Amino acid sequence: MIVVEGLIKHFQDSAVLSGIDLQIQQGEIIVVIGPSGTGKSTLLRCLNFLERPDAGRIRIGNLDVDAARPRKADILALRRATAFVFQNYALFANKTALENIIEGLIVVNRWPKAKAQARGREILERIGLADKADAYPASLSGGQQQRVGIGRAMAAQAEVILFDEPTSSLDPEWVEEVLGLMKQLAEERQTMLVVTHEMAFARDVADRVIFMEGGRIVEQGPPSELFSAPRDPRTRDFLRKVLANQAPLES
Amino acid sequence: MNVLDVDYMLGLVPVLLSYLPLTLEMAGAGMVLALILACLLAVVRVLAIPGLNALTLLFISFFRGTPLLVQLFLFYYGLPQLFSALTEINGITATILGLTLHFSAYMAESIRAAIVGVDRSQTEAALSIGMTNGQLMRRIVLPQATRIAVPTLMNYFIDMIKATSLAFTLGVTELMGATQKEAAGSFLYFEAFITVAVIYWGIVELLAWLQRRLEARFNEAYQR
Ligand SMILES: Nc1ncnc2c1ncn2[C@@H]1O[C@H](COP(=O)(O)OP(=O)(O)OP(=O)(O)O)[C@@H](O)[C@H]1O
Ligand SMILES: [Mg+2]
Repeated sequence: MIVVEGLIKHFQDSAVLSGIDLQIQQGEIIVVIGPSGTGKSTLLRCLNFLERPDAGRIRIGNLDVDAARPRKADILALRRATAFVFQNYALFANKTALENIIEGLIVVNRWPKAKAQARGREILERIGLADKADAYPASLSGGQQQRVGIGRAMAAQAEVILFDEPTSSLDPEWVEEVLGLMKQLAEERQTMLVVTHEMAFARDVADRVIFMEGGRIVEQGPPSELFSAPRDPRTRDFLRKVLANQAPLES
Repeated sequence: MNVLDVDYMLGLVPVLLSYLPLTLEMAGAGMVLALILACLLAVVRVLAIPGLNALTLLFISFFRGTPLLVQLFLFYYGLPQLFSALTEINGITATILGLTLHFSAYMAESIRAAIVGVDRSQTEAALSIGMTNGQLMRRIVLPQATRIAVPTLMNYFIDMIKATSLAFTLGVTELMGATQKEAAGSFLYFEAFITVAVIYWGIVELLAWLQRRLEARFNEAYQR
């Protein structure tokens, strides 16, 4: 289980996260939605310490980190317990697809090369890129690159995978294959925290949807409730705007 | 106009080539030392280490802002005056010192640019899977920065080889110094200097060819 308490983050003088409390059960799939500039990315980045929170507490399994006074070892441990999937893939340009996936196993977990490669090939199989093991990112399509990005996160065997708008940089033709892979992970009950504007994905896959605005969690609940009967006017407003630009959710 | 004394030139080639090793030794030593120093300076700049960063900027500004010849004279004639222990500083040492400091200032900036040029999101990705700063530098950033920096660094090496000819003003008999002596003995100035010019040119072309091969090898890895 993951517990976040009172997470606060300022950039210069402006509060970007104003006290986030969040509990995530093992195997839970959570989708975070909200307007631009609300702190969704910052929340994910704080959980991974890519951004340093000003205050708060993050507990993952046995790990208990005071975000204001983290020890170096805490930060590394927290990063190993969380994996990140980036909007722009952020693959290592000097490494092949296979090497991208197993880099962490070799460098961070210090697995022997043969063992890591065997695991890497299993993952390539699962993300449908077994034939691209030796391809460099530059030669892969956007969809393939993002699947490798997800494969890299899968290899980390983290408690939770954090997705920050994983399909927002993709040409429309590649969106489905990436969402498909994420659905597959969700079916395997991989714990996931996903920031996305893909409302259909949220409705079909999420156990819980969180609506954030102005650095706070405004409202949360199962997608069936949050989408059909949002309680807060800000949620209603946001959903109306977003759904106007997307295919209707009613199925 | 007299005809070119081709026989003299052909005879001169092996004589001059016997001084080539000294030229290459000075350039080689200067390059290795300059690379090491430049990497240190670049790291200080990239990490913006307080205090050191300002000193580094001053160092770079001075060694880029003054002629190499002035720097060589400063080391060879000037330093012994300040430090009596250095009265014995020889021309070769002073040349290597000058080349190192002068070129490290230029190289530091291109190495810094190459490091900064590696997409920042890859650094974040490396951190996100739990790599330390050292690991991500060694495995992700530096290999890519090297690829970006190699063409410029090779150009500096080529410049450095040509710059070793200034050592002759410090009394070192290297390729240029030897040519000067030969020419003064034979009075065949044009023949002597055109011969040494061709020798420098040949070395530079050889290196340029190497550089192209090296770049092709580096780039191969990124497009398949
Ligand atoms: N490194 C930074 N320095 C200063 N301000 C920042 C930084 N990163 C984010 N911000 C600011 O913090 C606020 C929240 O940003 P964040 O990226 O978390 O929003 P978001 O909800 O992910 O938005 P989007 O949907 O556009 O991705 C924004 O106002 C942004 O300008
Ligand atoms: Mg964002």
